[in-house]
Amino acid sequence: MMVTERRPILLANGRILDPSRDLDIHGDLLLADGVVREAKRGIGAAGVPEGTEVIDCKGKVVTPGLIDMRAFVGEPGAEYRETIASASQAAAAGGVTTIVCQPDTSPVIDDPAIVDFVLRRARDTSIVHVQPMAALTKGLRGDEMAEIGLLKAAGAIAFTQGAKSVTNAQVMRRALTYARDFDALIVHHTEDPDIVGEGVMNEGEFAARLGLVGVPTAAETIMLERDMRLVALTESRYHAASLTCAESLEVLRRAKEQGLQVTASASINHLTLNEIDVGPYRTFLKLSPPLRAEDDRTALVAALASGLIDVVMSDHNPQDVEGKRLPFAEASAGAIGLETMLTAGLRLVHSAELPLMTLIKAMSSRPAEILGLAGGTLRQGSPADVIVVDLDSPWVLDPAELKSKCKNTPFDEARLQGRVVRTIVAGRTVYEYV
Amino acid sequence: MNIAQKSTFVLNQRHLLGIEGLSPAEILGLLDLAEEFVALNRQIEKKQSSLRGRTLINLFFEVSTRTQASFELAGKRLGADVMNMSVGSSSMRKGETLIDTAITLNAMHPDIIVVRHHASGAVELLARKVDCSVINAGDGSHEHPTQALLDALTIRRNKGRIERLTVAICGDILHSRVARSNIILLNALGARVRVVAPSTLLPVGIERFGVEVTRDMREGLRDADIVMMLRLQRERMNGSFVPSTQEYFHYFGLDQRKLAYAKPDALVMHPGPMNRGVEIDSAVADGAQSLIREQVEMGVAVRMAVLEALSRTLPNA
Repeated sequence: MMVTERRPILLANGRILDPSRDLDIHGDLLLADGVVREAKRGIGAAGVPEGTEVIDCKGKVVTPGLIDMRAFVGEPGAEYRETIASASQAAAAGGVTTIVCQPDTSPVIDDPAIVDFVLRRARDTSIVHVQPMAALTKGLRGDEMAEIGLLKAAGAIAFTQGAKSVTNAQVMRRALTYARDFDALIVHHTEDPDIVGEGVMNEGEFAARLGLVGVPTAAETIMLERDMRLVALTESRYHAASLTCAESLEVLRRAKEQGLQVTASASINHLTLNEIDVGPYRTFLKLSPPLRAEDDRTALVAALASGLIDVVMSDHNPQDVEGKRLPFAEASAGAIGLETMLTAGLRLVHSAELPLMTLIKAMSSRPAEILGLAGGTLRQGSPADVIVVDLDSPWVLDPAELKSKCKNTPFDEARLQGRVVRTIVAGRTVYEYV
Repeated sequence: MNIAQKSTFVLNQRHLLGIEGLSPAEILGLLDLAEEFVALNRQIEKKQSSLRGRTLINLFFEVSTRTQASFELAGKRLGADVMNMSVGSSSMRKGETLIDTAITLNAMHPDIIVVRHHASGAVELLARKVDCSVINAGDGSHEHPTQALLDALTIRRNKGRIERLTVAICGDILHSRVARSNIILLNALGARVRVVAPSTLLPVGIERFGVEVTRDMREGLRDADIVMMLRLQRERMNGSFVPSTQEYFHYFGLDQRKLAYAKPDALVMHPGPMNRGVEIDSAVADGAQSLIREQVEMGVAVRMAVLEALSRTLPNA
């Protein structure tokens, strides 16, 4: 898909941030032949090969490309909402150099042939890396385990039930046990569907005033508790796909203290928005799990700062206009986020709730470590997936400019500060802001 | 016409409910006695009279072709009157309880009852309610002693011994009475036993059975002298034990490629019936290293030995 010839690139004079080794220095980064060659101060003209493209990064930050651990891409089956190609364009504009995509497509990614299809479509149409997750159960029906061994061999990076939970504890137990034999990671969305019921936003005073059915945080915490017991029983690895509240964080803390091999993600939406942002029934803020109270948001941010929450993901979920232009309770849930995840995250940095290093780590090095991917680092020899970020430039989000096919962004017309100015994948520039 | 019997081995217990509780000497005694019957079964005149006048009832609550036929032949060749009762028969379908069935049969003064049942422990329960001898032909996931004995006989006849052989038992260990009986017997006779299965098909606590445990066929078959494959029932897919027969066969099924991980002179066994293409492929099952047919032959001889050894302590023997 890349038509440009690959020349060595020198990103000069930038602030180089490598969260994989807590490196924060002023210097130059040299990329050649698709890998990182060197990161240091003053590489200079002498140290670069002939034909190197020199890019001045003065006043900018140079970091590993982001790895988004949860994005819905519409291929196969929902190409009208998003394709691998359009998602990759959005990703590149947002500094995401690896998309980890969900298997709740149509057909579901529960067969090695479909994993293969996604990988080939990505190879042919995507400008960033794509790592598909496969379904944990056949058809995502939650009753029979999918072919974890063969799917992993075909290239599935992890296993998930998508945006749902496996409610049968016996099936979940056996899946955790079986996955352990293949060293396969299960990424589980924790939400008890019976407690959720008809709920459409966070249960509480605000939902009551709006006359909307609420979802208590217990729906999430109960499922997470169950899963922690199963993880202890099976001694397996586990990643909580999307945590949103303080009570869940308590469960997570105890599990980690117990020594369980557990990690967790939070979505950028739950870190930067709360239930009040729903305002006058704004359906772009209708999410599942729903936006929570401000106390939960601040607890989540503190947990991210301390490392209790390991990963930030976008939970990119393109929904077309027809699905959102309905009364709140009937509208589809979900927001896009590939293109805005980093910028939204920078709000937390600008407000001093979170160090920049921690934010980038949660979006790059930690996902790479958890998934066993080669990226998320600027170590010598690592893949040349790198982004250049301007932390300070102010801008207003215009949804029409977004590259995703759907424009359901919670940051519609928001004032933002900071953006990606260059995205490099495998040593080639795939996005540049001019 | 009687073959002059060299072995005077006697099993000094009323029942044979499992390998558990048999001493190595008793196991060897049964195997040695069975050897005599192997020779007998290859003659034209196979009839013995040691069980003449005795009544043997085959009581099979679970369907079985080969085991039931094997016991029937064994009893008849020893001269017993054999009656077969299996799950198709009416009183069992009418819902008569296990114990009522036992009491009813007991009233007819059988000498030996051979029982197979789908519930672990059911055979022992029945044995407490009857006056005659009871042989366990397989109870649930618990034990199948005559299978382990015939497997041991087959191994000994082909490898000359059992001690210090490496035996890999592969497959659905969790649900297998054949695996349990074999593990006990092979350990009692000094073999090195390994089990190979995905974690979902291994019982919790298997490490304490005195076996090496692995989830990988290459590791499991390394230096194996005997590779024993267990049947994978189709129901296991529904229970989320394994996702599909394709995946199972790919990682755990025995084909030529995986058999090559074992010793070059390794031999292959299977208690039957086989699911070809699931746990074993036809090329191996029908190939030069397969002992599967010989196991069936040994089955009749071993069951004759068990009947003979038990009968020597029957009243009026």
